Amino acid sequence: MNKTIKTLLGATMLVATGTGAYAADTTLTIATVNNGDMIRMQGLTEDFTKANPGIALEWVTLEENVLRQRVTQDVATKGGQFDIMTIGTYEVPIWGKQGWLVSLNDLPKSYDVDDLLPAIRGGLTVDGELYAAPFYGESSMVMYRKDLMEKAGMEMPEAPSWHAIRRAAALMTDKDEGIYGICLRGKAGWGENMAFLTATANSFGARWFDEDWNPQFDSPEWKEALTFYIDMMNAYGPPGASSNGFNENLALFQQGKCGMWIDATVAASFVTNPDDSTVADKVGFALAPDNGLGKRGNWLWAWSLAIPAGTDDEDAAKKFVAWATSKDYLALVAENEGWANVPPGTRTSLYENEEYAKVPFAKMTLDSINSADPTAPTVDPVPYTGVQFVAIPEFQGIATAVGQQFSAALAGTTDVDTALANAQSLATREMKRGGYLK
Amino acid sequence: MARAISTHRKALNTAIAWLIAAMIFFPILWTVLTSFKTEAQAIADPPLFFGFDWTLENYTTVQDRSNYFRHFWNSVVISVGSTLLGLALAVPAAWSMAFVPSKHTKNILMWMLSTKMLPPVGVLVPIYLIFRDWGLLDTQIGLVIVLTLINLPIIVWMLYTYFKEIPGEILEAARMDGASLKSEVLYVLLPMAVPGIASTMLLNIILAWNEAFWTLNLTAAKAAPLTAFIASYSSPEGLFYAKLSAASTMAIAPILIMGWFSQKQLVRGLTFGAVK
Repeated sequence: MNKTIKTLLGATMLVATGTGAYAADTTLTIATVNNGDMIRMQGLTEDFTKANPGIALEWVTLEENVLRQRVTQDVATKGGQFDIMTIGTYEVPIWGKQGWLVSLNDLPKSYDVDDLLPAIRGGLTVDGELYAAPFYGESSMVMYRKDLMEKAGMEMPEAPSWHAIRRAAALMTDKDEGIYGICLRGKAGWGENMAFLTATANSFGARWFDEDWNPQFDSPEWKEALTFYIDMMNAYGPPGASSNGFNENLALFQQGKCGMWIDATVAASFVTNPDDSTVADKVGFALAPDNGLGKRGNWLWAWSLAIPAGTDDEDAAKKFVAWATSKDYLALVAENEGWANVPPGTRTSLYENEEYAKVPFAKMTLDSINSADPTAPTVDPVPYTGVQFVAIPEFQGIATAVGQQFSAALAGTTDVDTALANAQSLATREMKRGGYLK
Repeated sequence: MARAISTHRKALNTAIAWLIAAMIFFPILWTVLTSFKTEAQAIADPPLFFGFDWTLENYTTVQDRSNYFRHFWNSVVISVGSTLLGLALAVPAAWSMAFVPSKHTKNILMWMLSTKMLPPVGVLVPIYLIFRDWGLLDTQIGLVIVLTLINLPIIVWMLYTYFKEIPGEILEAARMDGASLKSEVLYVLLPMAVPGIASTMLLNIILAWNEAFWTLNLTAAKAAPLTAFIASYSSPEGLFYAKLSAASTMAIAPILIMGWFSQKQLVRGLTFGAVK
């Protein structure tokens, strides 16, 4: 063989094999998302590794959508790249049914599984088997500027109606001063505008499917919900709202440009943090609005730790999952980072703690979580579970396409009737393809 | 008068070139500036250009949280390794196509290029399964192989173009003087094609360094390069733009520095044979 080629190949192999090795008996690879609570956990894992010297931890932190694609691909192909995965309440029921996850019913008694909030636990359980342990739970709620409400001569009810929200938005809007009464998600995506709009539609009596899986976008309830949202956003929302997701609205709210923002409860810790928010001491909280039909427009989500079936280190993985979602871990965070930084929304005992009760958004977060029921999310009966999603594999694709239609309606490039007709048509087509409809 | 117009045109062309360069460079400049801001300053409206309190806090946080050097080393191994392996395969291929073409050479070249037209996601699952079965998931060698294959058509095409510029008579003369095939390629062809090979190498290192689809999908913790390092700072729920910018700056700095020092070679190679 040519000497040069030999040299090139040799150099390639040489550089390709230069890696480090690990001394621990077991190395757990944990796939996780990049958010404050998860990053905090990475900083506190010494507590776990000290107690379990034979277990080393490797973190793979990815953006939420990349992580979802990455872990789905790995669990579906049994790639075995991860020993623990961070997944949400959408994936758990689907993957649990597929047999892709290890049951956590045998966690030690000291774990106190009965202490988990019932709504959250219910979303992670399939046929009596707990398939993931909640790391933190979230719902959605109204965050509003108390000073602007006062200036408008209004008082925010603890459980407002959509009518009250619209009225407050009208009174708070001062476009000359760059203040918009309401900031809501408009960016297309099943986890972006469709999370908000599905939960909102629930409170208007709408639903994704009837009991025979027929799409319901042609119903008057959907038309009422979407028309209300678009009219309110056009009148009192910020310009370019069809491009706004969580982060864009967070930036607007922190800069004092939103009178109200209805979004994830996890945002409360950001908007009340004086280091980042210019309105930190002026924020009030209220339950997500309703329309007098018995359902509020709030969602329910829990980032949870699950173990893929077929992992080589199931016992070690269970030890870590039990540690990271335990009462002791919550106490550890409180000791190191303060009560305001404790992962919220997973355990009843946390909300019975007097110290935690002093956190300004604690009660509202719990009330919001408790007011969402993933097993009966809508006014009329439905064949699915999930509040802001439908726990079927086809949902991601359908909801992303529907989200594009609704985002276009908000941007004004189409109208509500056309957007709903298109949504109905594409949802029907996909449900037929999926075998739900004949 | 003609000279004056020419000077004006020259000045205008220069101004347009600077404007285009500034537009292309602006996102990089903005990323670097943002990396020295606090998170609150990063989202300030109106945006802050230079009038802010510069801080290194984001770099400290990123360094504390992530193992930058492991990702960096993985990027070096994967990009250099795949380029060297690619060159080892492409030099003989390009030589044969340039100097001993058959009637199918053009078709083969077009076919090779057509593989770049396939969306990578179309072959993700089969490649993932092969990598799983061969134990190549999350390994440097696995990524070296896949990035070699991904970039091979470009390497072959570039080398073919450079080799075509070299008169075949020179190689023929070497053969008549008794040079073997090995000597012909090593001592005659390659020295004449050094600018082309160097620019091919540099371009492929840059392509492999920036490749984000395969490097994110086929790695987990051990072989993850700097693309995964950047991805770990992106979050749809939380404003971490300053930290993300610091991570991005740390990831692109090595390749920017390399590009800066080798720009003459790169431009010379890319324009090789453009003007006859």
